[in-house]
Amino acid sequence: MTLLALDWILMLEKLILIAIIVFASLGIALYTTFSERKVAAVLQDRPGPNRAGPMGLLQPLADGLKLIMKEEIIPNSANKALFILGPAMAMTAALMTCAVIPWSSSVELFGRKIDLQIADINIGILYVFGVVSMGVYGIMIGGWASNNKFSLMAALRGASQAISYELAMGLSLIAVLMISGSLSLKTIVDQQMAPGAWWNIVYQPLGFLLFFICAMAECNRTPFDLPEAENELNMGYHQEYSSMKLGFYLFAEYVNMIMSSAVMASLYFGGYDIPFLDESTLAPNIAAILGVLSLLTKIVIFLFVFMWIRWTIPRFRYDQLMNLGWKKLIPLALVNMLVTGAVILWQQG
Amino acid sequence: MQALTNRGKEVSREPMSFMERIYLPNIFKGMAITFSHIFKKQPTIQYPEQKREFSPVFRGLHVLNRDEEGRERCTACGLCAVACPAEAITMEAAERMPGEENKYREEKYAAKYEINMLRCIFCGLCEEACPKDAIYLSETFAPANFTRKGFIYGKEDLLIPDKNKAPEEYAAAKGAARV
Repeated sequence: MTLLALDWILMLEKLILIAIIVFASLGIALYTTFSERKVAAVLQDRPGPNRAGPMGLLQPLADGLKLIMKEEIIPNSANKALFILGPAMAMTAALMTCAVIPWSSSVELFGRKIDLQIADINIGILYVFGVVSMGVYGIMIGGWASNNKFSLMAALRGASQAISYELAMGLSLIAVLMISGSLSLKTIVDQQMAPGAWWNIVYQPLGFLLFFICAMAECNRTPFDLPEAENELNMGYHQEYSSMKLGFYLFAEYVNMIMSSAVMASLYFGGYDIPFLDESTLAPNIAAILGVLSLLTKIVIFLFVFMWIRWTIPRFRYDQLMNLGWKKLIPLALVNMLVTGAVILWQQG
Repeated sequence: MQALTNRGKEVSREPMSFMERIYLPNIFKGMAITFSHIFKKQPTIQYPEQKREFSPVFRGLHVLNRDEEGRERCTACGLCAVACPAEAITMEAAERMPGEENKYREEKYAAKYEINMLRCIFCGLCEEACPKDAIYLSETFAPANFTRKGFIYGKEDLLIPDKNKAPEEYAAAKGAARV
């Protein structure tokens, strides 16, 4: 069935896949807000939300309902179009990342081989970086359009922080790319999955550490949540926001966390690879499903570490943040890159 | 300057060593501490279902006591009002009429007895001042109210239910019913 020389079934298949992945990401993000509160609670010797539903499991739904039902306020002095564009952009940028993440190998359904990845583009990781940088616009536009000096200050902080940490992030990534020789996330994962191959974390421990720190800064997570420093900037760039627009900003942060966890898992921890198991011995469909579970487990572990760090370390001061980014992480990433390059050259003889 | 306690520690102003400057060891140490708290016992009390017990000397809401036959003990002598440092108590006395011997213990009784719970500081001096053992502080506390007027407790709020006629309400007023 070809019309307009398009494989319509492929289109349908991809649309369904997009719907599943987007809604799954949103659902996981919803419950990440809940687990954030639970993790915070148990780390502080308290039970956390436990009233809504069994063990408080309906709490995120109640939170979402509350946000939707709240009054929508757009300040008179705000730039209305940009004010609405800000949270939309933050959310879109956060969700767009999931397009290139290989969630698993392929499943066979109705005689068709379906890749569990929306798009295996050969510049996958560059695409991630491009889209993540767009998220800064969400912060910046939201903060500027609010016409509030605190929001603007917070937005400036957020933007400069994201830009300076992206540099170190990119530099530590280059070392991985030198090992794998490809920008496609699928290829990077497949190389780590190959029998006898190790995960990239073994070759790049320092690179991973740098990447992880930068990912935290990119997601505006504590200890790098300067844009939300309550005691200096009230609430941060989303101070004037209310109702679901605020919800979008808060939500985008969690989606970002999930996506950066997925990217880190794919780059350094073998993506959907199950450790100590040769997937080719399993039936392809079972291997694919186990792969999804494996990747999700890795994501959950990363999310827990994100939260664990948040409830352990206090916030950096702004000059310390810039110091760390420009004077420590970037030189370290450069050294890491040079050493990796030298070792690769030496191995090639 | 002399230290008040010997627990003070002098702050080290030495420049940080290399291990301190890379922060990571200390960060991991901190993370180990927070992680260990996952396994700690939670001191939380699930409030409406579980309640913390008051200490036996807790001074809560006042009750006006009855004697064994269910008669009011208060004779409206006014000593509690005199003793009250917050001036929260007012009362009006009345004479017992013939035929009311089963209601009031003595010839004089309090026709009106009011305590303003917003003024009351729950010091318990009224309890000490009372020569007739008529006023006691129970082990309950004043619930929230929408108006200031609602906090002026009259005799109908304060008088303890008759032990013989309504034992459950009696226990509740005393505060013994709490779990």
